Amino acid sequence: MSNKDAHWEKTKQHMFITLAIWFFFSIVVFMFGSNINSASFLGYPLAYYMTAQGSLLSFVLLIFWSAGRQESIDEEFGYGEREDD
Amino acid sequence: MFKGGFIQNLPKVYGLYTGGFAVFIILMAILESLGVSAKAIGQMFLAFTVLIYAFIGWLSRTVQVDAYYVAGREVPTVFNGMATAADWMSGASFVAMAGGIFFGGYTYMAFLVGWTGGYVLVSSLLAPYLRKFGCYTVPDFIGTRYGGNFVRFCAVLVLVLASFTYVTAQINATGTIASRFLGIPFEQGVWIGLVSILMCSMLGGMRAVTWTQVAQYIVLIVAYLIPVFWISNQNGFGIFPHLMLGDEVARLGELEAQFGLVKNSAADMQAAGVPKGLGYISNPHSAVPEGVMATWKYLSLAICMMMGTASLPHILMRYFTTPSVKSARKSVAWSLFFIFLLYSSAPMLATLSKISLIDPNLATGIIGKSISDVQSIEWVRNWIAVKQAFIADFNGDGILQINEWFMRGDVVVLATPEVAGLPYVISGLVAAGGMAAAMSTADGLILAIANALSHDVYYKIIDPKADVRKRLIAARVLLVVIGAAGAYVASQRLTSILGAVAWAFDFAMSGLFFPLVLGVWWKRATREGAIAGILLGLGSGWAYLIYVAPAFMNQTPWLGIDHLRFGIVGASVSLVAMIVVSLATDEPDDATQKMVDDCRIPSGRTVISKQS
Repeated sequence: MSNKDAHWEKTKQHMFITLAIWFFFSIVVFMFGSNINSASFLGYPLAYYMTAQGSLLSFVLLIFWSAGRQESIDEEFGYGEREDD
Repeated sequence: MFKGGFIQNLPKVYGLYTGGFAVFIILMAILESLGVSAKAIGQMFLAFTVLIYAFIGWLSRTVQVDAYYVAGREVPTVFNGMATAADWMSGASFVAMAGGIFFGGYTYMAFLVGWTGGYVLVSSLLAPYLRKFGCYTVPDFIGTRYGGNFVRFCAVLVLVLASFTYVTAQINATGTIASRFLGIPFEQGVWIGLVSILMCSMLGGMRAVTWTQVAQYIVLIVAYLIPVFWISNQNGFGIFPHLMLGDEVARLGELEAQFGLVKNSAADMQAAGVPKGLGYISNPHSAVPEGVMATWKYLSLAICMMMGTASLPHILMRYFTTPSVKSARKSVAWSLFFIFLLYSSAPMLATLSKISLIDPNLATGIIGKSISDVQSIEWVRNWIAVKQAFIADFNGDGILQINEWFMRGDVVVLATPEVAGLPYVISGLVAAGGMAAAMSTADGLILAIANALSHDVYYKIIDPKADVRKRLIAARVLLVVIGAAGAYVASQRLTSILGAVAWAFDFAMSGLFFPLVLGVWWKRATREGAIAGILLGLGSGWAYLIYVAPAFMNQTPWLGIDHLRFGIVGASVSLVAMIVVSLATDEPDDATQKMVDDCRIPSGRTVISKQS
């Protein structure tokens, strides 16, 4: 496998991991909305907390993490960009 | 003081700007205490902020194609995040979202998840690859990746349809705010709003819009957060509302059980003369509705908004302006962070506003009190006078019940400062924030449409030999024409036929989501496949919309997919059509395959070379 293909394989894998986490926080949590709402977090009912703040925050952290990891994948295969900003 | 170029000095420039804005707010507060009228303060807030935006727009004027279309591709990560957040958060997000949560509770908050979760799709599936491609507009990517003018034109069609649906609502919002705070008729307010919008974008295109959007973000976030924190602290709900309103949410649940949530019949409401567009509390605040259908309705709405977010051209094109591929990726993260600051505050504002109104133990509470007492409260009188609030004593007992209080969703943001007893200067600030939110989104949308028409239709299809000067003149003329068309539709109050803002997301996802994503992720996708995906997706979505929309045929939705969710139908058809047709046609040629390979590698030159 060429360097280019190996890079793309790893990038694809990373994309699927990112989207799996995304799927959990955007879909799976709310599939069980009425089941988890009796639990509480910070004093809020859990499903209410997730839709008001929790999932939103998890998306923010997910994108920061995902972007950082993709950068190191790029560097690993010699496709890193120069520091320009 | 300013050594080096503009870009190096950005933190200083916007730091000074924010300080200046703070001084202005304090000055207004002093004027208020000296007895200057509320109306004059509102006017000064609007005039001052709009003039600043216009000044930034003038400073950013340009005659270069790269600067006009993609801000010279030199917008730093964090600043592009702020600009995107302003581009994204519309007048509706600012003014109506807290009201939507106030009335809709948990179910409505599917919008919050949808409008933020979509950014994960943007960052992992699209933004970095489109940036590497080096296109000027979204149809530019479709046209180059799949090759040919027809597919380019199809993409322009979806872009115009989705963005125009969205932009009239924004111009409408600027008109509403301008008319309310300047005391002029709505029809004139719309045109004043349009002039303000065009002043930001006319001379400098994307570059001017970028730097005004950053300024607008600062105004809108300050205007949203100050009231939330102030109300929470002043009324003893908690120092940091986001983490401390658990008791209030629980209390709302108790009150709902105590009052009972009832649905009013349409006949009753009509007989009582409830004005159109007002809502009442009939959904639980934090309880999750039971049942598979309720869960599906929540999830399907979130899915539509997420996929729509990832296909809206005015958002995607913001990531064409960053200096590199990795900064495009990081910039998506910053965008969502800045959006999160406002979106996570909206449920808190809704909670604060609701508890202030319905808890009879609080001085501000109105539910359970005698109707004649409530009607004599000043803010209630004012909002009833302009038909934004209404009281109907259905059971004739003279006591205000929870289902007898009606109000417009916008009132939650616009009136809560007043209800909670904050000084008027805060209401002026909120008006400036709403104006900033509506203007920044309108600018992004109008620019997206005008750029697609000038670059993709005029330059790429009609006259490929046009020189730079002619192209930029065409771009500006189109900007004015499209803005005027939007303002005309808004001033004729035709917006209701264009339907909900949600439609823009459904149109975009029906026609563009799969052609964009598969363009990067599936080399086998062909031109014919893309054309089928765009046209059949858009066509089927549209047909289904006409079938279910209350304004048109009003048929029973299939599987609960109503007019807010028609993108589910459109996008499914688009995906199937694109795969079937792509597999039935010849594999794309080597040049196209190489182009896709190139856009997957972050380093190196852009796929399309500089286009000037």
